[in-house]
Amino acid sequence: MKKLTTSRFALALAAPLFAAFFSLSISSLAVLATHKSPSAAFSLMWEYGTRAGSLMAAANLATSYYIAAIAIALTFRAGLFNIGVEGQLRLGALFAGFLGSKFSLPPVFHVIAVMLIAMLVGGSWAAIAAYMKVKRGVSEVISTIMLNAMAGGLSAYLLSKHFAMKQATGYNLETKPLPKSAQFPNLMPVLRKLGIQNQPGAGVYGMAVVAIAMGFAFWFLVNRTRFGFELRASGVNPMAARVSGVNAKRMTIIALVGSGAIAGLAGLPTLMGETYSYNLGFRGGIGFSAIAIALLGRNSALGMGISACLFGFLEVASQTLDLINIAPETYVIMQGSILLSAVVAYEVVRRYQLTLHSEALAKVGE
Amino acid sequence: MLRFKTLTGAKKIYAIVFAVVFVLSLIRLITGASDLTSIGTAEAALLLSVPIVLAGLGGLFSERSGVVNIGLEGMMIMGAWGGGFFGSKFGPWAGFLGAIFCGMVGALLHALATITFGVDHVVSGVAINIIAAGLARYLSTILAHGGSWPGPSQSPDVDPLPLNGLPILSGGHVFGWHSPDLLTKLADKNWFLISDFASILRGITGDLGVNIYAMKYAGVIISGAFAGLGGGFLAIVAANHYQENQVGGRGYIGLAAMLFGNYRPGGLLAGAGLFGFSDALQLRDAAAIHALLILVIVFLLFGAFRNFQKTRIVQAVIGLSVAGFIGWFYTAYSELPGQLVTMTPYIATVLVLSLSSQRLRGPAADGIPYRRGGAT
Repeated sequence: MKKLTTSRFALALAAPLFAAFFSLSISSLAVLATHKSPSAAFSLMWEYGTRAGSLMAAANLATSYYIAAIAIALTFRAGLFNIGVEGQLRLGALFAGFLGSKFSLPPVFHVIAVMLIAMLVGGSWAAIAAYMKVKRGVSEVISTIMLNAMAGGLSAYLLSKHFAMKQATGYNLETKPLPKSAQFPNLMPVLRKLGIQNQPGAGVYGMAVVAIAMGFAFWFLVNRTRFGFELRASGVNPMAARVSGVNAKRMTIIALVGSGAIAGLAGLPTLMGETYSYNLGFRGGIGFSAIAIALLGRNSALGMGISACLFGFLEVASQTLDLINIAPETYVIMQGSILLSAVVAYEVVRRYQLTLHSEALAKVGE
Repeated sequence: MLRFKTLTGAKKIYAIVFAVVFVLSLIRLITGASDLTSIGTAEAALLLSVPIVLAGLGGLFSERSGVVNIGLEGMMIMGAWGGGFFGSKFGPWAGFLGAIFCGMVGALLHALATITFGVDHVVSGVAINIIAAGLARYLSTILAHGGSWPGPSQSPDVDPLPLNGLPILSGGHVFGWHSPDLLTKLADKNWFLISDFASILRGITGDLGVNIYAMKYAGVIISGAFAGLGGGFLAIVAANHYQENQVGGRGYIGLAAMLFGNYRPGGLLAGAGLFGFSDALQLRDAAAIHALLILVIVFLLFGAFRNFQKTRIVQAVIGLSVAGFIGWFYTAYSELPGQLVTMTPYIATVLVLSLSSQRLRGPAADGIPYRRGGAT
């Protein structure tokens, strides 16, 4: 029995190890193609990436990634796919930035109110896709992609025509900055007490704590509640779920709208922790990277956390490659090859386990 | 009285086409938005629907062999990049070959992951989209560093295609007409029959002498060739160089057009035409989009009327109030703001999908990983 558990453990490790090895080889090839030394590149990345300042920047990036990945995983678990996180988080941040500066509340309540606005907006935008899925049978994959494109146009229009400050200078249109009471406190004061020095940059966003709490909540909701069971059931076997009394349409609506609401929060770490206003420079692409993170982390709270940190680290660390004339975009190659090799490795390992399992069963039969 | 429901087949299509042209002409007469039905718009619409048709055809081949292909977008990106790279080096025709080749490379990756390794089709497709975008950016950056490209997001110019002398197939529209023909030929050779067969009887056909793995591989790789060609078209014909974000979701829209066409080439053509038309309008003339609002109002009023008939009062009231809001918008603003106009093709796609997709019937085994002998 003990032997079986060790081999299981080895199998569970096999897939990520293979993916890491494969990705390292591919990115080495990419670096070699430019006649540079891969080992020099990787050691430089490691040296730069593990500095305190870089780690903080990576953690900040991972915070947004993680929240967005949870949003996507919620739909994956229900057998749906919300590609629209990108649009939902953009609109959520835009409205949160604009409306949040319009009123004043005591500090904690103001922060909560801004977060609720973002959730409401993100959820409503996703509700369009949910409505079309349930009422008209439109695939949520297609409709959320179209909604992404619309969110881009809509946010550009709203910012330039209605939401931006009138006295905006230069080309950077921005909303009125959030008042002090709506800014999320930084973690730096706590970290200083632990002996970590201030670094150039934005410190560590307080929203990181919220993201971790959301991870726990996601794990509990999906794995430990009746709702989570029904959600997973409709993802794994829709027919069986329906027969056992799960309302499929209701599940679809809850999963998509809930996902949109969570996605709405994913734009807030930067908004409430650093820029305090939504502007033209709002970071794009979080919602798409988050798809890769959710897939890599296999939609589990812990796995996605590790993946988000990995993606954040690679992205920050690779910026230093510019110094030795290697395109920093190398990180995209790394992320892409990790993702593809990981999903293939997971599948191969799963099949191998099935074979082992059926062989064991056959032996018992004899 | 002639009733629409009693019309069948070709007559129904003629009726729809006639009705659309009639309504558009009427709106043009009322509002004076002359670009709504001008020759220039028609030309631009044709041009813009070509990449959608190609992407949709790509999707068709793949999905008919039972492999969902969300990766079309990535394959188009690779095609556009290949078109810019090979086109600027060796001329436009080589550019097309390079585009097709690059699309096929992406498709091979998708085929390997989904067919051989049994990875979830959507997962693999999304991975390919992410990789393709990253790869194109990475390679372009390297080329720009080396000085052979003007910048990290743009290839050198590609010469235009020397096609103006051909009768009938004039100018850059040649692929718009060519590819559907190609498809008819393939349909005559029972391609779809065989691959559908493979799709439906996935457990049994192994015994009937059809090599399902080979059919699926062929389907996906042909799919990548079409998508790559579509990307190459964007880089070589629609523009004269590759540019980052040139594809801009057209792979997805091709998928939407395919769904709209209920997995059939004819319907796909209609879907792509619709997208091309709305895209052409928004690029050429924002005033025409403004005029189109009337069409939306008419639709909404009609829908509200039907809802009243069926005593669905709430829906009817919602429809009426939306119509009222758009009507107010129409009279309050003489022109739509530019950022909203760019949304037109996407809104049109979503509206059309939600009006049409209840009767969709995809290939039976679409998206289900296949393994010989029925193991999973």
